[in-house]
Amino acid sequence: MLSPYIPVFVGILWAALLAAVLIGVSLLFGPNRPTPEKRSTYECGIDPMIGDARTRFSIKFYVVAVLFLLFDVEVVFMYPWAVLLKRLGLLGLIEMMTFLLVLVVAFVYVWKKGALNWE
Amino acid sequence: MGIDSLPAALSVIRPELILAVTALVCLALDLLYKPADKMPCWAVAFFGSLAALASTIASWGTEQEAFSQLVRMDNLSNFFAVIFLMVGLITLCLSDSYVQREGLPAGEYYTLLLISMTGMVFMAQANDLMTVYLGIEIMSIPVYVLVAMMSKSPKSPEAGLKYLLLGGFASAILLFGIALLYGAVGTTQLADILRQAPGALKASDPLFLAGVGLLLVGMGFKVSLVPFHMWTPDAYEGAPTSVTAFMSVAVKAAGFSVLIRVIVLSLSPMAVDWSQIFWWLAVLSMVLGNVVALVQENIKRMLAYSSIAHAGYVLVALTTGTETGIHAALIYLFIYALMNLGAFGVVIAVSREGDQGVEIRDYTGMARKRPLYALAMAVFMFSLAGVPPTAGFIGKFYAFSAAVKAGYVWLAVIGVLMSAVSAYFYLRVLVVMYMKEPEAGAEYSAGPWGAPIGAGVSVSLWVCALSILFLGIWPGWLSHFAQQALQGLTSLL
Amino acid sequence: MEEAIVFPYLRWIPLLPLIGFLINGLGARADLTPARVRRIHWIACLAPFGSFLISVFAFTKLLGLPAEGRLLTDTVFTWIAAGNFTANLTFSLDPLSSVMTLVVTGVGFLIHVYSIGYMHGDGSYSRYFSYLNLFMAMMLVLVLGGNLLLLFLGWEGVGLCSYFLIGFWYEDPEKAYAGLKAFVVNRIGDFGFLLGLFLLFWSLGQKGVWTIEFGSIQEHVHLLSPAVITAVCLLLFMGAMGKSAQIPLYVWLPDAMAGPTPVSALIHAATMVTAGVYMVARMHFLFIASDFAMHWVAWTGAITALFAATIGVCQNDIKKVLAYSTVSQLGYMFVGVGVGAYAAGIFHLMTHAFFKALLFLGAGSVMHAMGNETDIRKMGGLRKKMPWTFWTFIVATLAISGFPPFSGFFSKDEILWQSYSSHFGSTALWAVLWIAAAVTSFYMFRLVFLTFFGEPRDAHLHEHAHESPAVMTVPLALLAVGAAAAGLVGIPASWGFTNLFEHFLEPVVGGLPHGAHVSHAVELLFVGLSIAVAFAGLFLAWWFYLRSRELPERLAGRYARLYDLVYNKYYVDELYDALFVRPIRNLSEKFLWKIFDAGFIDNGLVNGTARFFQRSARSLRRIQVGDVQGYAFAMVVGMLAIIGFLLL
Repeated sequence: MLSPYIPVFVGILWAALLAAVLIGVSLLFGPNRPTPEKRSTYECGIDPMIGDARTRFSIKFYVVAVLFLLFDVEVVFMYPWAVLLKRLGLLGLIEMMTFLLVLVVAFVYVWKKGALNWE
Repeated sequence: MGIDSLPAALSVIRPELILAVTALVCLALDLLYKPADKMPCWAVAFFGSLAALASTIASWGTEQEAFSQLVRMDNLSNFFAVIFLMVGLITLCLSDSYVQREGLPAGEYYTLLLISMTGMVFMAQANDLMTVYLGIEIMSIPVYVLVAMMSKSPKSPEAGLKYLLLGGFASAILLFGIALLYGAVGTTQLADILRQAPGALKASDPLFLAGVGLLLVGMGFKVSLVPFHMWTPDAYEGAPTSVTAFMSVAVKAAGFSVLIRVIVLSLSPMAVDWSQIFWWLAVLSMVLGNVVALVQENIKRMLAYSSIAHAGYVLVALTTGTETGIHAALIYLFIYALMNLGAFGVVIAVSREGDQGVEIRDYTGMARKRPLYALAMAVFMFSLAGVPPTAGFIGKFYAFSAAVKAGYVWLAVIGVLMSAVSAYFYLRVLVVMYMKEPEAGAEYSAGPWGAPIGAGVSVSLWVCALSILFLGIWPGWLSHFAQQALQGLTSLL
Repeated sequence: MEEAIVFPYLRWIPLLPLIGFLINGLGARADLTPARVRRIHWIACLAPFGSFLISVFAFTKLLGLPAEGRLLTDTVFTWIAAGNFTANLTFSLDPLSSVMTLVVTGVGFLIHVYSIGYMHGDGSYSRYFSYLNLFMAMMLVLVLGGNLLLLFLGWEGVGLCSYFLIGFWYEDPEKAYAGLKAFVVNRIGDFGFLLGLFLLFWSLGQKGVWTIEFGSIQEHVHLLSPAVITAVCLLLFMGAMGKSAQIPLYVWLPDAMAGPTPVSALIHAATMVTAGVYMVARMHFLFIASDFAMHWVAWTGAITALFAATIGVCQNDIKKVLAYSTVSQLGYMFVGVGVGAYAAGIFHLMTHAFFKALLFLGAGSVMHAMGNETDIRKMGGLRKKMPWTFWTFIVATLAISGFPPFSGFFSKDEILWQSYSSHFGSTALWAVLWIAAAVTSFYMFRLVFLTFFGEPRDAHLHEHAHESPAVMTVPLALLAVGAAAAGLVGIPASWGFTNLFEHFLEPVVGGLPHGAHVSHAVELLFVGLSIAVAFAGLFLAWWFYLRSRELPERLAGRYARLYDLVYNKYYVDELYDALFVRPIRNLSEKFLWKIFDAGFIDNGLVNGTARFFQRSARSLRRIQVGDVQGYAFAMVVGMLAIIGFLLL
């Protein structure tokens, strides 16, 4: 009954195995010279926050985060489309172009309105 | 769905397409024009909506499903689409000068309005619970933003936030209901649900029943029935008045369109159960809405409570679950749209910059200063109170007689009693306008009654007022179309 | 039902005043040039006059038809259609509505003309006439409507015009308040009326007959059970009690005198307030089927007649006296229709329209002359100054007090006689009315003696008093002719004549339900008794107010408590205020809004529950209770209730 899923199962197993092997290999053979800088928490672009997480930070982060999320999720739609492009044919192309056009209008709007300007 | 039928499928969602494209064009135009310029957004939005309305009217009488039966165009959907687009057009007329006066971002305002209307038309055409949900979200999210748009006033963002939070809550409940229903019957298609419902009922499947209950809550929120009404007064008061006008009418009608489609028509096998719930919700809404409206001093708040009561009247008609009942509800919604829009139109005309002048005492002696606006307001108030020969009376007559015919005599009695109560607060506005002198020291800063409000407001006021009188005297016309809207659907009952 | 004859001019009877309303209402201008003033009142007066001519024409056409087939109809279009139920916009004229139409248009026209003089120089001239025309249109819709829905339309319409005209001089807050009071009280009655309509509609529908046409209701009334009929009748009568100012809903009418006097004459005496009587006569087939309802109507009428008459004795405002007199006379009419003597009730309605309109217009003429003074204690000796007003007033007083051969005598005597002899009548009913008749005669002559006879009590006012212009006195004279002679169409059969009026109405309302047969001699004895009380009242009034004038003061002093009670109208207004007005306000303001919506849900239920959780579970101590959470909480409660209901 579940036979169609067996390849998927094998794939998952393989991925887990591979990850474990890779991490294990780097632990075994990689150089290990810790410094205080290296041991601190990693935060992208800003000084690491220590203490209460509930502090104010710039609202610009929210705008960027929301915009990122939106465009990121919408790009995800392109993967299944790309896989099936041949079968969808010209109509599929037109549909995706329409979708992209809408996205582009929104993107240009966001850009021109200055939502991406940090200052 | 084969590719061949694509043009046919697209023709089903033609009004939505027109609206969406118009929205995009508005967004693009917003970039091309500087804020100081006179932007053509309004005209684009207006003619786009007009084209959508024309397209809807042109497809009157067609019946077609498309996109794997996700959407369905029939006369019921067309009837609702006509309401939404009519409301949209009148709202646009009311908005033009208001948006300029209040300094709202015009391009975004019109774009959001158009997107919201797109969602509404999807809701009317929903033939699948997924479409219902998507339609509701496409409609709601722009409205959340519109409510919060008047950033100068502290009330507006607060109202928007409240509406957003509670709306999100309601959406989650609705979605959960859809999930439970899917779990119970394994489909989201309305036609399949109708087919499976008797079986699920026989087994009294708790998943199914709870799912229906959650759907009811989600929709009750959109049409603001008690006890899901709490957001209404705050949101209506805080929102820009033109947005309040729009949401008090169009959002409510859209909510009822899915309520009719999903609950009344597709879940008709369990009418015995939901009609009892409707009974209570209708009574609670009529009583609370009307009684609390009695003591309101702010006219927007008063109309908010009144809109809760009117949702109750519509529900009175729907409680019956009969063809006559749905027919009455359609008529009521159409008439309610005109009269409530008109009332808010007068509110816009009377208010001053910064949404000042929305207290009832600001209407003191208006008949002297602005006799025509006072007269229009009188027509709307009479109609809302259900005084013949205005259309409001016709609406109430159809609603209550449908209830009486179906044997819900007590419901009709409560309705009549509550509309008797409602006459007090509606006619209080009239008393203030006609039977009091304008206050001597009253300040009317920009012009006697606020900034010049533009021809759009005047035109829409007259359209609404004359239509109400016309429909009050010749309601046969509307009744005829409402009857046609139900063609082919009554077999579901 | 006989085949009705189509008469397409009927629609113009209400339509003409409506057109007048539209022209004067929409064309209103603030600056009144003499030419504009002329145009306004020409339009306003011609419209009801046109209606009157059409009514006369229709009436003659009706007379030309055989008695059983006297029905003209005019269907304009289908108003509402839902399923197998339709309501047409149909006007129909039968003998009953024909009488009403003639009275409304005839008296109405005269009052319009009179208003030209009375309202001369008022700033809201066009507003006044447009309301008056709108009122005429609505009243005619009420009377001519061929179904219950049109009757209701007119019913609401005349009510609205009435509120607007009561509050016409809204600069005075007391007058605006009077309009509001009329509105509130009438809503109570209208609520009952609507419920009655729905109950009738529904219970006939249960038998498979969805109809609101009078004709078909009458045809199918036998399908209804007696209990339902009684309930419908009582509910409908509740509406009549409001509109026609019967106990306990009469309180608005005396206050309604705040409006211009011609309005009091037209709306609050001659026409609108009689709508309740008309409605009962129109629905006679229902009422007659319920003994209880008939007795209820008759006794309400009789008690009101006596009660209001006694209040009238102690009033000093000329219009208030007439107002209580109207309430009392309406009581007589209800006794008439309540004992099954529909023709007698409508007959009194007609004669009352003449003499009461005349009384009010006379009072208006007096006020006009006295600079709007309404206190009769400041008047006196006006007989010489205003001969026209005086003589016409005397005619009307003789009519209302029941002196033969004036009109009121015949109609009131007919009601008195029927209240004794009819199947629904009794000696007690008759006695109440008989005493009330004596009181009526007394307070009317008190009014006449104080106003027109004796010495002028206020020399200054008296000096300026003058006769009114011809545009006011001519309508007075014409109404006086009516008040004197209208009774002649209904001379009782016992006098050896044919009662034309009764014969005319018989095909509509049916013959009298006969009680025990009583000889003509007994009937004549009762006539004698009626005349005797009229003279008794006259004599008492003469004794008190012309002969020994200190007597009233002394009596008032001796029976101070009783006098206070009557003078303050039995404190009914104060009672209602304490019993209904304040509690309802409090309920809305303090309970439902502040406590229920804001207090109970937000604070009580939400915070209370929060406290419950706080106490029961310390881990939930930090639960936040604010606005949005409260709102969401209400939703959750509703959701749980719904799901609970569905699952259980």
